[in-house]
Amino acid sequence: MSQQHLEYVLRLGDNALILGQRLSEWCGRAPVIEEDLALANMALDLIGQARLLLTHAGKLEGKGRDEDQLAFLRVERDYRNLTLTELPNHDFGRTTVRNFLFSAFQVLLWERLARSTDTELAAIAAKSLKEARYHLNHSAEWVIRLGDGTAESQLRTQAALDYLWPYMAELFSADAADAAVAAAGIGPAWSELEAAWQASVLPVLEEATLTVPANTPFRSQGRLGRHSEHMGHLLATLQHMQRTYPGAQW
Amino acid sequence: MERKEWPLWEVFIRSRNGLDHKHCGSVHAPDARMALQVARDVYTRRLEGVSIWVVKASDIVASDPDAKPELFDPAEDKIYRHPTFYKLPDEVNHM
Repeated sequence: MSQQHLEYVLRLGDNALILGQRLSEWCGRAPVIEEDLALANMALDLIGQARLLLTHAGKLEGKGRDEDQLAFLRVERDYRNLTLTELPNHDFGRTTVRNFLFSAFQVLLWERLARSTDTELAAIAAKSLKEARYHLNHSAEWVIRLGDGTAESQLRTQAALDYLWPYMAELFSADAADAAVAAAGIGPAWSELEAAWQASVLPVLEEATLTVPANTPFRSQGRLGRHSEHMGHLLATLQHMQRTYPGAQW
Repeated sequence: MERKEWPLWEVFIRSRNGLDHKHCGSVHAPDARMALQVARDVYTRRLEGVSIWVVKASDIVASDPDAKPELFDPAEDKIYRHPTFYKLPDEVNHM
């Protein structure tokens, strides 16, 4: 059980870490200064979540690894984040749609995890829930403005949704680690959240005048450690300092 | 960048212990809801217990700097207009 418990917490931590890293790439590059600050804010929220979760994962693992070792010194195959989170930012539309799809999921997850039998995880969830709600609000408003905006923004937002939608299937496919954790009352199996997630996401997409893509058989497998070609490049940047100056602290 | 769909909004914020809303800056946003959202990021750092007003800059009417004398110069020759000479009872604070 503890192995699956660890796996589950690592997935949560790695999602936050990797998406936080992606969002931080926007720093100084967002379309307007207001959005630059908002994206940096969200990136920092996610990094904060990642720190707590990876520290907790380190304790569950019991091998003395701390947040820095888990964040900076694992090899690609040991990261458990969803493939969705490691995809490149592309344009503001794709970044916004991803934030929207993911934070809608995170809100539901944190709501459930706030009642986890793992009290440490429950405390992290209660803190993160406030942040995720803000991320969801912010990105949902933007999805509507972009989808229902100019011809160009409509086109790009629809393209973003078409590109990202197949990666959502990974979240909701049944999984052994997920099931074990759910049976132990630690947290929900992610597949349980699909209906609630759809109920939260679809009305916004409709208001944004976007067309929901058809489901495909494609299943990404980031949470099993099988990543896209983008992950290695992301890790090279993320890990560069620790690999160059091992043990460096700030 | 085309700015006609990103009007300017003036932001007024009342801090947690503040008594009134103070003008603290401006943001560009497509509409009022988004203006509130970004004002929160730019000016409040999301502290609890604050109140934010956003007003479209074009809705604000400003006084004319050239009209300063008639608008603002105090009537120095009408000294009785300034309540400087009244002795206030101790119970009255903050006057």
